[in-house]
Amino acid sequence: MNELPQQLANGLILGAMYGLIAIGYTMVYGIVQLINFAHGEIFMVGGFGALTVSLWLPDGFSLLAAIPLMIIGGIICSVAVGTAAERFAYRPLRGAPRLAPLITAIGLSILLQQAVWKWYPEAKKDRSFPQFSGDPVHVFGADIQRGDFFLIIAAPACMLILGWYVNKTRSGRGMQATAQDPDTAKLMGINTDRIIVMAFAIGAAFAAIAAVGYGLHNGQVGFKMGFIMGLKAFTAAVLGGIGNIYGAMLGGIVLGVAEALATGYMGDVPGMEQFGGGAWKDVWAFALLILVLLLRPQGLLGERVADRA
Amino acid sequence: MRNRSALILTTVLTTGALTLTACGSRDKDKGDDNSSGDKKTVVIGFDAPLTGDLSALGIGMRNSAELAVKTANKENTVEGVEFKLQPLDDQAQPSVGGQNAQKFISDSDVLGVVGPLNSNVSQSMQKPFNDANLTQISPANTGTELTQGDGWKKGDKKRQFKTFFRTATTDQVQGQFAAQYLFQKAKIKKVYLIDDQKTYGAGLAASFKDTFTDLGGKIVGQDHVNPEDRDFKSVVSQVKGKGAEAVYYGGEYPAAAPLSQQLKESGAKIPLMGGDGMKSEEFPKLNKKAIGDLGTSVGKPVEELPSAKKFIEEYNKNYKENMETYGGGTYDATWSIIEAVKLAVEGNNGKLPSDGRVKVLEAMSKVKFQGVTGDVSFDQYGDTTNTMMTAYQVNKGNKWESKFSEAYKPR
Repeated sequence: MNELPQQLANGLILGAMYGLIAIGYTMVYGIVQLINFAHGEIFMVGGFGALTVSLWLPDGFSLLAAIPLMIIGGIICSVAVGTAAERFAYRPLRGAPRLAPLITAIGLSILLQQAVWKWYPEAKKDRSFPQFSGDPVHVFGADIQRGDFFLIIAAPACMLILGWYVNKTRSGRGMQATAQDPDTAKLMGINTDRIIVMAFAIGAAFAAIAAVGYGLHNGQVGFKMGFIMGLKAFTAAVLGGIGNIYGAMLGGIVLGVAEALATGYMGDVPGMEQFGGGAWKDVWAFALLILVLLLRPQGLLGERVADRA
Repeated sequence: MRNRSALILTTVLTTGALTLTACGSRDKDKGDDNSSGDKKTVVIGFDAPLTGDLSALGIGMRNSAELAVKTANKENTVEGVEFKLQPLDDQAQPSVGGQNAQKFISDSDVLGVVGPLNSNVSQSMQKPFNDANLTQISPANTGTELTQGDGWKKGDKKRQFKTFFRTATTDQVQGQFAAQYLFQKAKIKKVYLIDDQKTYGAGLAASFKDTFTDLGGKIVGQDHVNPEDRDFKSVVSQVKGKGAEAVYYGGEYPAAAPLSQQLKESGAKIPLMGGDGMKSEEFPKLNKKAIGDLGTSVGKPVEELPSAKKFIEEYNKNYKENMETYGGGTYDATWSIIEAVKLAVEGNNGKLPSDGRVKVLEAMSKVKFQGVTGDVSFDQYGDTTNTMMTAYQVNKGNKWESKFSEAYKPR
């Protein structure tokens, strides 16, 4: 059996997930030049929000009908945590040197992890997530699991909505203006505080959607899931050009596909036998990041801009 | 204001000092009691993860060890000795385990230590214990090199630490048993091998591989994963492409559950097999598609052993937590130390010898008794001579069910 279509499909699905989370990094960075390292945990909280909704629903409730409710539950949790983080952890530090919010972000990330670990029932170990039953569907030589169609549909849909919002709506244009020059935007009557909260909220909502995809894809959620996913999504955002929303999605997909192909084929390259397989996939992902940063520091879709400092 | 804070400070300091001295004097009183009274206290240390991912296993172990100590005191197993258990939490981390080992060593009342759960934690405890002549016995460490050294795979066995014993059999035995079961009983000839690169998982996979190929089976592919991974889609695609009839996984249940689930969801209808790290009650709970998966574990299922009946009754009367996989083994491990102390006391005219640690260590290799898990005694490496193994399968009701038990002779 030829595995290439299968590995490409695995990579695309993984990439869609990375891309959705990466939007949160890129939007916040584009507007306030802040790397919100707690974003991975906002993603994790979204997963637990969706899980909670699915546990509330009665037995026998169709999963297809439950998914919209789970998305809403996840989004409520993520957005609440994301905007609260902005209000209480980042806004007080807005004028401070860049290192301060970065450290706060790392602290916040540990705090959120421990809070879920401690207070969510039975979260001390992984919790199983509802799954679609039935065999995978065969498409173009690849078997795609039913739950993975969620990400295949959700990722482009989210991108279309985001593109429309940023380019066509009033507050979307306000967001672009704030990203270009916050002081002038403020003088033009744009409520920059509101714009920043919007950026955090949109990023958190997308992370929650990605978390539902993660649960359907992996079959479980756990309090530790945000760390490595957050790091990978951050890599995707940098890879695509941080600050560029289409770059985030592209970076995610490039990263996901590169990871799947490296897992599948690196072991077949002569002289590289011992570097193949699942244990090395993170190594290849971060090696790719270093490579891009060396050859094209602004990222795939980023533009070289003068540092505002 | 200044005066007031000075007052508060003085009060706090005085109270603190008084509390400290009170503690000190109480300890001293207790010491006097022991020397003048007719009973001497022997502390048995205990170390396992009591918080975190693997705490369910650790708490079951602690309760079982406590039960052994209580029983020995009640039945007055060793004349003139009162046992006391001191449990410490290692959080499944080698560094914390190492610190706990130092704590046990510095307390001269500790004559033996039961634990830990994880083989890699044991690796950070073995040497300090060895230097201090303090006997350690693990009910759960199956890493073969812990007793036989890194050369065991090439047949060059050498005892590493004179103070290390265990009631769990080795991964060498477990991996071989699994390979034989899969090849001969389950009639599976082509296996894909995956491990999590930890001491336990890699050792298990290595011993499985050798035996399976010797028997005539074929390893169609091999891969490693990270124990923290939950996404195994690309590995699963590889497995499907290679036409494997089963997957053998060296690792623990938190990663094994999603691996098995994703394997079944990919359309590959083949079982996942693993060792005692996978054969936990949590595995079928986490993975609704576990039906048909196989696992091996040391000893017979305790429920089936007549020797375990009393233990299970007592345990359920005293504790609400499940005893999990290692309950019986921990009881036997703790009892081994109690027996060793007994031998040491008997060899010293009924009195606890002053060089207790050395004498207990000497006695340990002579310990022999009928335990919960069967006959308990130790070979020249400190390994248990009881190599009873059991294969389990997840049944239709999503529960582990024992299939086949055998006293396995390592090849």
